Amino acid sequence: MTGLLYLIPVALFMGGVGLVAFIWSLKSGQYDDLEGAAWRILQDDDTPKP
Amino acid sequence: MTLPCCTIDGEYFQPFKLEGEDAERWISSAGPGLKRIEFLVPQANRPEAMAQIETDLSALGGVTSARVNLTGRRVVVVYEDGAIEPQALIDRLGFLGYMARPFDPRETGLSKDDREGGRLLRALAVAGFAAGNVMLLSVSVWSGAQDATRDLFHWLSAMIALPAVAYAGRPFFYSAVNALRMGRVNMDVPISLGVLLASFMSLFETINGQQHAYFDAAITLIFFLLAGRYLDHLMRARARSAIAQLVSLSAEGATIVEGDGTRRYVPSREIKAGMTVAVAAGERLPADGVIREGISDMDRSLLTGESAPETVKPGSEVHAGEMNVTAPVIVEVTAAGNDTFLSELVRLMSAAEQGQSLYIRIADRLARFYSPAVHTLAAITLAGWLVLGQGWHGAIMAAVAVLIITCPCALGLAVPAVQVVASGRLFRSGVMIKDGAALEKLAGVDTVVFDKTGTLTRGEPALIAPLMVSTETLTLAAGLAQASKHPLSQALVREVAKRGLTPVTVSDIAEHPGLGLSGTHAGEQVRLGSRAWCGVEESNEDQGLLEFAFRRGGKPPVVFHFEDKLRSEAAQTVQELKDMGLAVHLLSGDRDAAVKRVAQAVNIDTFVSRASPQAKLAYIDALSKAGRKVLMVGDGINDAPALAAGYTSMAPATASDIGRTAAETVWMGESAFAVVQAITVSRRTQRIAKENFALAVGYNVLAVPLAMVGLVSPLVAAIAMSTSSIIVIANALRVGLGTTTSAQSARQAFDQETDPRKLRDAA
Repeated sequence: MTGLLYLIPVALFMGGVGLVAFIWSLKSGQYDDLEGAAWRILQDDDTPKP
Repeated sequence: MTLPCCTIDGEYFQPFKLEGEDAERWISSAGPGLKRIEFLVPQANRPEAMAQIETDLSALGGVTSARVNLTGRRVVVVYEDGAIEPQALIDRLGFLGYMARPFDPRETGLSKDDREGGRLLRALAVAGFAAGNVMLLSVSVWSGAQDATRDLFHWLSAMIALPAVAYAGRPFFYSAVNALRMGRVNMDVPISLGVLLASFMSLFETINGQQHAYFDAAITLIFFLLAGRYLDHLMRARARSAIAQLVSLSAEGATIVEGDGTRRYVPSREIKAGMTVAVAAGERLPADGVIREGISDMDRSLLTGESAPETVKPGSEVHAGEMNVTAPVIVEVTAAGNDTFLSELVRLMSAAEQGQSLYIRIADRLARFYSPAVHTLAAITLAGWLVLGQGWHGAIMAAVAVLIITCPCALGLAVPAVQVVASGRLFRSGVMIKDGAALEKLAGVDTVVFDKTGTLTRGEPALIAPLMVSTETLTLAAGLAQASKHPLSQALVREVAKRGLTPVTVSDIAEHPGLGLSGTHAGEQVRLGSRAWCGVEESNEDQGLLEFAFRRGGKPPVVFHFEDKLRSEAAQTVQELKDMGLAVHLLSGDRDAAVKRVAQAVNIDTFVSRASPQAKLAYIDALSKAGRKVLMVGDGINDAPALAAGYTSMAPATASDIGRTAAETVWMGESAFAVVQAITVSRRTQRIAKENFALAVGYNVLAVPLAMVGLVSPLVAAIAMSTSSIIVIANALRVGLGTTTSAQSARQAFDQETDPRKLRDAA
């Protein structure tokens, strides 16, 4: 049972990290342009345009 | 500065002008020495556009960053203050072929939507986090945690769940309190009561080391309900932002002429009676007035539904919203702002809106019966247990269990889930529903009233006769017509372009307002215009057609006939509507003959012509009084009061601003079939929503007796609630099944619709 003393805080902490990460991503506007984000990954921005 | 550039598909357009102090309101600060401006760019709808705009603007000197939002079709540019002017950015975008307009999210109410959505999403995230962790602890309790371990888990659950309930439950608590204050009951009342009672009861149990803690139920409930609430919000926000994009492209200023002859551009709201305004050919009038100088023709189709332009000369009265087609005129403003003909219509419209009985959404109608029933059941349970001598603790636990199990979790999801799937499906085929109530009302419609010009027809004339005209005549006439903005001239030019011909160059072209055009070709005089202008005898029979005569030198003249062509599938749409058991009427402000012609073409028996805006309103009111549920379909400014008065309403995206605002549903694309599609989908939505209600109520019928006899443990409550919610969502997804027009073709329709000239014409 002593394992619980570690496991519960660990579980809560990890959940909390997930929550904070989500709220941060929401605040920094990462959900503002879902369509654009999907295309951006396909762009070769490291090759200069002719 | 105007670059000689700016074309989209070969059509010229004028880049937006940032003028004077007004420019400041678009620009915000983005750190020391940096400014930020946001543009609306309707053509930025492809990934290539995103790459092109970002690369190109970033390469400009002084631009720190340029970022395209493909979903919202917006560009955010951060630049060094003083190093580059915002106007240069607009011109550059124009040069690349994108019509840009500065954009202020506050102006369209979008930022309010965004904030609201953000709040709901954050609450959803918190509820989700809490629900996950509490469920983890609860599962351990259910699988046999005893005594001290169980109490520890309950305390942990309380520490997670209580703050989460307080934070994430606020939307429901506020709404419930508001409803109670106004003496009404909505769904949020039983929700709030159930959640709060469950939380406090569980806390009490935990303090006393008892086993009935419902923390998981309370927070899971909030999670599911927030999901429903967020879906509902998403649906409204999506349609609103698309409509806001259309609206914000409308023109909003005019050139005024000062006493000393200098001209200056002012925003519409600064125009006052007594000012003198110069209106170029192709511009819309910003205010009501009297013509002082110039002779021209006014296209009143948006105002009156009349398809033929009317000639005006000094002394003629003109109204805001009319399009000046032939020649520049100087207008003395007699009324502006709140005194115009347009504002009169707006007043009629708001009066019509107020006169409408408030529509109550299905979920709220159900809540009227649901809440009292649930609270009575809980009270009966409490009393029953006390009468049977089971003591206060057991009685209260059973009563709370009833409240928790009947908490309208599935009910809260039942309608929003179906409606969001349905509106998403309609959105892909180009139909934008402003809110869930509109979708519910569409399903109940039994009469459809169409406007003619711009609704059943395209609102732009096309050549129909004579089709067997010599190429030479046609290209020569088009050569003359090129010089004019008259709708018929443009129809002639379009026809020539469609046949793959090139208009012949005509010299010495002069436009004679009210008469026609004249010019010289190969030493002969050529004329295009009214019958009198070309020396053709007037004919008495009005076939409901528009006409232009053409004469070349001494040769016999030719009369071209034009017709405002029907939208594609117009006749089919009317037929389908009739097959669905709906009555179809045609209500137009145009001439008898023109209306009759269209009515016959699409097979509508009941039609009214020459209807003023007031007459249209009265017609709709009379139908409503007779117990009909009327869907008004119209586009013009003159339709706005009727749109507002109808049980529900639809407008094409090419409609006037005010028409689009008045209508509850807006469709993109050329085909009128969207009306049928919207009604079909809404009917199916309604059916599935009712099924969902039946499922949710059925679940209650099974679960409530169990709760009343005290058999609902926290485990049973958790399982029952999740299962019912999932069943309801799965059922909702069925709306999305079945045959749809492919997303691709709808997308194309949307993109065509956002074509700048159409937007400008519509504005």
